[in-house]
Amino acid sequence: MTTAATYAGMRSVTVSPVRDVARRIVSLFVVHTVLIAGAVFVLLPFVWMLITSIKSPAEIFAADFSLWPKHFNAIENYRAAIFGKAPLLRFALNGFIVCAGILIVQVLVAVPCAYALAKLRFPGRTALLALVLLGLCIPIQVPALPLYMGLAQLGLLNTYFAIMMPFFLSVFAIFLFRQFFKSYPDEIIHAARLDGMSEFEIVWRIVVPSAWPAIAAFAVFSIVAHWNDLYWPLIVITDTNLATPPLGMMFFADAETGSNYGALTAAATIITAPLVIAFLIARRRFIEGITMTGIK
Amino acid sequence: MASVTLQSICKSFGGPPVLDGIDLDVADGEFLTLVGASGCGKSTLIRIIAGLEPQTSGSVLIDGRAVDHLRPHERRVAMVFQSYALYPHMRVFHNIALPLVMTRLALYERLPVVRLLSMRRRRVMSDIAREVQAVAKQLQIDALLDRRPSQLSGGQRQRVALGRAMVRHPSAFLMDEPLSNLDAKLRLHMRSELAELHGRLGTTFVYVTHDQVEAMTMSDRVAMMDGGRILQLGRPADLYARPANIRVAQFIGTPPINLLPARTSASGAVELFGSELPIRVSAPAGSASTLGLRPNAIVPAPIGTSRAGHHSLFGRLRRSENLGAEQVLHVDLAAPASGSLLCTTTSDPETFVGDTRGLALLFAPFACHVFDAEGNRVDAQSQADVAPSLMRAV
Amino acid sequence: MSATVAIASGIAPPRRNRQRFIESLAGCGFAFPAFLLLLLTNLVPLVVLLYLSFTNYELGALDTKFLGLDNFHKALVDPVFHRSLVNTFVYVAIVLPGAVGLGLLIAVLLHRRKRMRSFYEVVYFLPVTSTLIAMATVWQFLLHPSLGPINGVLRALGVHEIAFLTEPSYVLPTLAAIGIWQLVGFNMVLFLAGLSAIPRDLYEAAEIDGCRSGIDRFLTITWPLLGPTTMFVIVTTSITAFKVFDTVAVMTRGGPMGASEVLLYAIYLEGYQYFHMGYAAALTLIFLAFVLLFSILQTLVLERRVHYG
Repeated sequence: MTTAATYAGMRSVTVSPVRDVARRIVSLFVVHTVLIAGAVFVLLPFVWMLITSIKSPAEIFAADFSLWPKHFNAIENYRAAIFGKAPLLRFALNGFIVCAGILIVQVLVAVPCAYALAKLRFPGRTALLALVLLGLCIPIQVPALPLYMGLAQLGLLNTYFAIMMPFFLSVFAIFLFRQFFKSYPDEIIHAARLDGMSEFEIVWRIVVPSAWPAIAAFAVFSIVAHWNDLYWPLIVITDTNLATPPLGMMFFADAETGSNYGALTAAATIITAPLVIAFLIARRRFIEGITMTGIK
Repeated sequence: MASVTLQSICKSFGGPPVLDGIDLDVADGEFLTLVGASGCGKSTLIRIIAGLEPQTSGSVLIDGRAVDHLRPHERRVAMVFQSYALYPHMRVFHNIALPLVMTRLALYERLPVVRLLSMRRRRVMSDIAREVQAVAKQLQIDALLDRRPSQLSGGQRQRVALGRAMVRHPSAFLMDEPLSNLDAKLRLHMRSELAELHGRLGTTFVYVTHDQVEAMTMSDRVAMMDGGRILQLGRPADLYARPANIRVAQFIGTPPINLLPARTSASGAVELFGSELPIRVSAPAGSASTLGLRPNAIVPAPIGTSRAGHHSLFGRLRRSENLGAEQVLHVDLAAPASGSLLCTTTSDPETFVGDTRGLALLFAPFACHVFDAEGNRVDAQSQADVAPSLMRAV
Repeated sequence: MSATVAIASGIAPPRRNRQRFIESLAGCGFAFPAFLLLLLTNLVPLVVLLYLSFTNYELGALDTKFLGLDNFHKALVDPVFHRSLVNTFVYVAIVLPGAVGLGLLIAVLLHRRKRMRSFYEVVYFLPVTSTLIAMATVWQFLLHPSLGPINGVLRALGVHEIAFLTEPSYVLPTLAAIGIWQLVGFNMVLFLAGLSAIPRDLYEAAEIDGCRSGIDRFLTITWPLLGPTTMFVIVTTSITAFKVFDTVAVMTRGGPMGASEVLLYAIYLEGYQYFHMGYAAALTLIFLAFVLLFSILQTLVLERRVHYG
């Protein structure tokens, strides 16, 4: 046993003997090895995507796997991606339109309904609540078939409306906002009523501003989910000009079958960039939003 | 059963030191309380003793042996946390049994399926069960062994935490504000239970609290801490009767001590609001000092009253609080004095308060505490020849 | 405020009835759009699905026959459907332990670290935010037999190239690995939240009680107290894995030879490529049944789990 310090005089004390320090170093080494290995696995596609997108076709097909391109082909690749066989920027624009449209309607529909379920008494309230809870369990792929048939009948396929329509109602938003509104103090609402405010004003002028964090987090969740959604757009859209980012990527990949990896990875970069950049900027908000399902 | 010694313990978290050279000797079997306001470092100190926090410098000795390099469980101390830290997913029985399970069974004997391979496990577990039962009975929680912590009341949880500590037969009990989470009535009850427990077990108790009542009523000795240092170490009565520092005087005793600005006169006596008191101090003439007077050392009386050996101050009664057994008077002092005083009395204030709410406040010089400009106690020789009366304990 | 005084002094009955009426009216009004949409986008489709599943309707067909439960019988004996179910379950069976285990491991490793924690958190969460289709294309390139770096490394190590996406026995594990890649960060964040909820003084009490090693700490405190979080992660991961579609649609299209045809992709083909609406409806209902099963499991287990208080 190494001697512990005696009083007065010794400055820095070795509180632990050598074996403790050695153990700590080894465990640190193991931990970081695992973390770094995992990080490599996770980052590999991103890094490779970026690198390939600036390489020239010759290098790509030479398969020499160098990390830094010898000839920069970035401009050609990105030009091929943006102005090439599929309108990438158009896809991104569609993404914005669709996500914004869906989000706005979702909030407009869900907020009053959640408020009503949380604070108001009206006939059919319990039944509605049960339906909402049931709806939470039904993924979009289930009503997709009849909705597709209905939209086909109405000739509404290949429209923005078709892409957005099934998502206008977000039971998740209703559920989430209801939880939030339930904890809103009743007294404030009573006071507002007695001040002569209509219920409508109460919802939008008083309660909603305080629910802003929940709405923001939900917004992140909704935008990410619908930006990245493939299934439904794949079903209702065949017109390239209306494709959302994932669908557009599929069209692009089809058009470029197997050949121009440079342009493909450039396209992938462009498609992935918006959300990744948004994530890097608003990290906390993002994580909160996406994992809302988990964090009570 | 062991003594605990701290030698020049210093601790800093990168900034100014949280603990600044603590020297402390806790005798074997003693109940020592570390008391002080939040942030004085007492919790950090007890965690250093436990080994949960390494000290920046200095040494901890338990039973004369340095334990600085020993992990917490190797030091053979037990700790009761403020939040009790009971394992919520285990029943009371397992909460109490855990320390024994950890030390007596090897790792493989504790793993879910693998442990069936152990021959001795059953025997060890039955020994453990017996010991847990004994401790539970002592604390009167043997009926609760099957419950989960969430099903227990605050007092019951506290006893489980104590049981978990006791079952290890530690050399010392470390308690970090264990009563703070209880309501007032329960706290009163647990105070006496803890004191009795200490009497029964005879183990060294190191107790941390911010409540001076707990410190005064439960301890053999009290160490009052402030700003990372021990201001005074001594028996509770000593801290009350002879506070070494203004901060000690202010912290100990309810209602808090009155502090009045004073001066040392040319003749070496204490001068209060212009009049000399028959108290001699060895401070330089003209130096500022503070006079401390406990509220129960001041006798309120109608204006004009005087008493032999007592000095008078005059003031107006601003407010009186009726505590039932006594009244606390808030008095604004009149010229030439300034400031306000608290004084306690068992009589009805109306009997001595005049029309304008004026009254006289009498006190004996020997009841005064004198502190110098830095706040340290100054030895005072009271010249009045009056036998000191017994101070009322809080 | 005079308003509160008014409340305190009691409101006359007629006022209260009127207030109640306004409340009801407002409630109904507020809930109506949502209710309508719920009807249109969830309930009516469900009913239609139910009806369709009993018919042999094909899109654009002129006549439909009522088949009773024939579609379901057909599904039970259909080797293609069987295969898609098996594929889906194999996929889930690989993704579940991988994504949950790795997520837990990373969370545990990151939990106490102060310096590099944000960096690793960002890195591991990136796949969750990225568009899977785009990344799937990149993965396709990464896994390419001759052009991809992974096979390049294998060749450098002297090992034979692996056709990750064209060899039937490798395709599901490969897709599963990509699925794990996408989910690890999500699970990691959930586990980190669960770990932070464990009070620190429990670990300290355990240390004083004799918990020496990391394994002891993990088994005695971390794992039991993570229970609810773990169950939640398991169920959400299972449901997400069960709904796998994007990678299959982009990378393999169910190939090679149906080795990667998963349930949703089979439904997609039946309904939107072959237009066998009736049969697809029946398959969709079977899919829904499984998802409901998982969801109910989740609610049951989480409710019944002892709340530690």
